[in-house]
Amino acid sequence: MNTFKIGGVHPHDNKEYSAHKQITAVPLPKQAIIPLVQHIGAPAKPVVEKGQKVLVGQVLAEAGGFVSAPIHSPVSGTVTKIDTALDAQGMKMQCIFIDVEGDEWLPEIDRTDTLNAVCKLEPKEIIAKIQAAGIVGLGGACFPTHVKLMPPPGKTAEVLVVNGVECEPYLTCDHQLMLERGEQIMVGIDLVMKALGIQKAIIGIEKNKPDAIQHMTELANKHLGVSVKPLALKYPQGGEKQLIDACIGRQVPSGALPIEVGAVVDNVATLYAIYEAVQKNKPLISRVMTLTGKSVKKPGNYEVRFGTPLTDVIELAGGVPEDTGKVIGGGPMMGRAMQNLDMPCNKRMSGALFMTKADSVRVEPENCIRCAKCVSACPMGLEPYMLAKLSAAQNWEKMEKLNVMDCIDCGCCLFTCPSHRPLLDYIRLGKGKVGGIIRARQMAAQAKK
Amino acid sequence: MNLIVSPAPHAHSGDSVRKNMLNVIIALCPALIVATIAFGMGAIITTAISVASCVLFEWLITKFLLKQKSHICDLSAVLTGLLLAFNLPSNLPWWIVVIGALVAIGVGKMSFGGLGQNPFNPALVGRVFLLISFPVQMTTWPRPMQGFMALDAETGATPLAAMKQAIKESNADLLSNLPTLWESFSGMIGGSLGEVSALALLIGGIYLLCTKTITWHIPVSILCTVTVFAALFAAFAGLPVATFVGTTLCAGGMMLGAIYMATDYVTSPMTHWGQIIYGIGIGLIVMIIRCWGAYPEGMSFAILIMNAVTPLLNMYIHPKRFGEQKK
Repeated sequence: MNTFKIGGVHPHDNKEYSAHKQITAVPLPKQAIIPLVQHIGAPAKPVVEKGQKVLVGQVLAEAGGFVSAPIHSPVSGTVTKIDTALDAQGMKMQCIFIDVEGDEWLPEIDRTDTLNAVCKLEPKEIIAKIQAAGIVGLGGACFPTHVKLMPPPGKTAEVLVVNGVECEPYLTCDHQLMLERGEQIMVGIDLVMKALGIQKAIIGIEKNKPDAIQHMTELANKHLGVSVKPLALKYPQGGEKQLIDACIGRQVPSGALPIEVGAVVDNVATLYAIYEAVQKNKPLISRVMTLTGKSVKKPGNYEVRFGTPLTDVIELAGGVPEDTGKVIGGGPMMGRAMQNLDMPCNKRMSGALFMTKADSVRVEPENCIRCAKCVSACPMGLEPYMLAKLSAAQNWEKMEKLNVMDCIDCGCCLFTCPSHRPLLDYIRLGKGKVGGIIRARQMAAQAKK
Repeated sequence: MNLIVSPAPHAHSGDSVRKNMLNVIIALCPALIVATIAFGMGAIITTAISVASCVLFEWLITKFLLKQKSHICDLSAVLTGLLLAFNLPSNLPWWIVVIGALVAIGVGKMSFGGLGQNPFNPALVGRVFLLISFPVQMTTWPRPMQGFMALDAETGATPLAAMKQAIKESNADLLSNLPTLWESFSGMIGGSLGEVSALALLIGGIYLLCTKTITWHIPVSILCTVTVFAALFAAFAGLPVATFVGTTLCAGGMMLGAIYMATDYVTSPMTHWGQIIYGIGIGLIVMIIRCWGAYPEGMSFAILIMNAVTPLLNMYIHPKRFGEQKK
C-alpha cells in the first residue's frame, strides 16, 4: 500500500472516541466574537462600524492583501464594538463583537440541501468566488486557497491531490465530513479541477477509514478523472509534501511549493467549503470540528459558526472532564496547548482535545543515547539529534547547512525519542533564528542592488 | 482552571531507554541459558559478579564522585555487566571480573560523563583491558559439557587459532580437527561464556529486530563482509571454503560482536549508510586481525577501532533528505 518514503511514526490513532458521530450543529451564541486574523497573511480590514446591523454572510472585513482573506459575519445582529479579545494562548487579538439577534441570512445564499452539481462559471469566476468567500485551507494551516489556485507564471498544475488523510490522532471531522457530505466534496473537486484546467484528482485516504475509502471510491466513479488512493497508516501523511509523495510519488524539492512538481493540495473540508461558496453562494462562516478526549462525556463532530466561544461547544459535549490536564487546539501531534477556553472558534479550529492529567505531563529527559531513532523517524530526512545539539550550542550557521528550514514541525523526533529529549523545542528555536538570519541576508542583498 | 501548556507534540511513543536496554537483556537470555548448560555454575557466577559490580560501580561513581542522581534504573549498567561477562571465560577468577567491571564502567563509561557520552563500547574497553593485563587467564577456556559443577580450566586448541595457522601455512589438514559446523553453530565448543552458541545469539538478534531495538544494517553488513573475505582467504589458501566460512562466522565473538556489541547505540553511527560503512569496516578489520594479527580473535579490536571512526561518519554521512535532487 502506498505511503511516503522517508521516516514517519505510528502513534495510536485514538479515533474511536468520536469516529462515526453524526455532525451536530452547535446552537448560536448570544455574542459572537470574530477575530480579524483567521488565516496566514495580512489581517483583514474591518468594513463595518459600531452599531451597524449585519446579516449572516455579510462581509465584516475585507482581505488585507493578495495573501489574505475576507471575513464574513457568521451570525446576524448588531456590531457592538471592534476591540481586543484573548486567543487560545491568552494573547490579545483584534476582533469584531456582534450581539446575536435571530438568524437572518443574506438573500442570495442558498440554504437548501439540494445538491447543485452543475457549474457554468469560467475558471476565473470560480477563483474569484472562492477568494471573495474567504476560503482558507481548513486542514490547519489556513493558507488562503485562491493563492494556490493561481500558479505563478511558468508553473502549471497537473494534478489535484485531495487530503482526506486526517493523520492527526483523535481528529475525525474530515472523516465524518467525507461520509456525510461526500457528494458535495466531489463537486468541490470538479470545481477546483475546472479552475485549474486539469483533468486529474487523487484523493488520499488512510486505511483506518475503510468506510470513507469505499464511499468516496463509489462517488469518484461518477466523476471523470477523480480517483481514491488508499494509503497505509503513517504519520505525518497529511503533511503536504508527504501526501504528494504518497499519492503521486513526486518529492517537492527543499524550499519549493507543491506546484513545483505540478501538484495542488486541498483538504476535503476546504473542498466542501469551495462547493458551498461557488454553488450555494455561502461564504466560509462555519466549519466542522472534533471535540474529543478519553474522558469527554459526549465526544463528537460539531459544526460551529465562527465566533462561538469554545465553552459553548464544550458544554454541548458534556463539560470539561474533571481529570483534564491539558486542552489542545487541533490534534496531539501538532496542535497547540490552550490556556483560554473562552476563545472564539475560528477557521483554524479543527478540534479541541482534552487530555487527562496523566497524559499531559512530559517525562523528565535523559541523556541522548544516540539510538538514531529520531533520524529514522524524520519524514524530511533530517538529523534531529544533531540539529537540537547545534541549537543548544547556538550554531545557527551549521544548522542552516543541515537543512533545518526543511523541518515541518511534525514532532516525529520528539514522539519517538526514548530519552524524551525536547528535540523539536530546540529545533523550533533554531529554525526561528535561522529564518531570521536568512531574511536579513535577503534584505541586505536587495538593499545592495 | 489551571491548564498545562507545553509545545507540541503532546503524544509520545512510550519508548524509553529502560525498555531498549531491557530488550537487549531479554535477547541475551537464550545465550545465557546455553552458556549455563555448557559451562555450568561458572557461567552464572561470572555473570552475576560482572553485573553486580558494574551496577555497584556506576552507583558509587554517580553518588560519590559525580554527585548526581543515580541512573542505574535505566538498566544500561546491567547490560554492560552482562556483555562484559559474555566476553569472559566462565572460570575467570572473581577479582579479575571485578577489575574488568571497574574499567568498563569507570574508564569506559563514567569518565566521559555517563550514558550516551562514551566514544567506546564500555564492555569492550573492560574486556580488552583484561585481555592485555591477564592474557593467560583470559585465553584459558574450560571445555564445555563437563558437568554442572565443574569449574576446572582446560585449554582446548581453539578453532580460531587452528584457522589462523591453516591460513598461514595454506594447510587444509590443520582444519580437520575443527568442530563440525553444527557444533560451532549450536554452541558446544570452548570459548568465552556468551560466545558459545551462535544459534542462541541469532535467536536473540531476531528478537531485537522484531522489537525494532536494532536495525539490520550493522549486523548484516558485518556478517556479509566477513563471509566474502573469509571465502576469498580460504579460496586463496586452498582451504575448504564452506567449513572455513562457517567456522569463521560461528566461532569466537563474531555473532556476539555483530549483533550485540557493534550495534551499541551510543558508539555506532546515526545514519543507515554510516552504519553500513561501519559494519563493513568492522568486518574487514576483524578478518585482517584473525588472519594476520597477533591475536587469534579480533572482534573486540575491530569494533573499538570502528567506534573511533563513528564521529567522523556522523559528521560526513547524512541521511537522504526529502526532495533531494540527483546531481
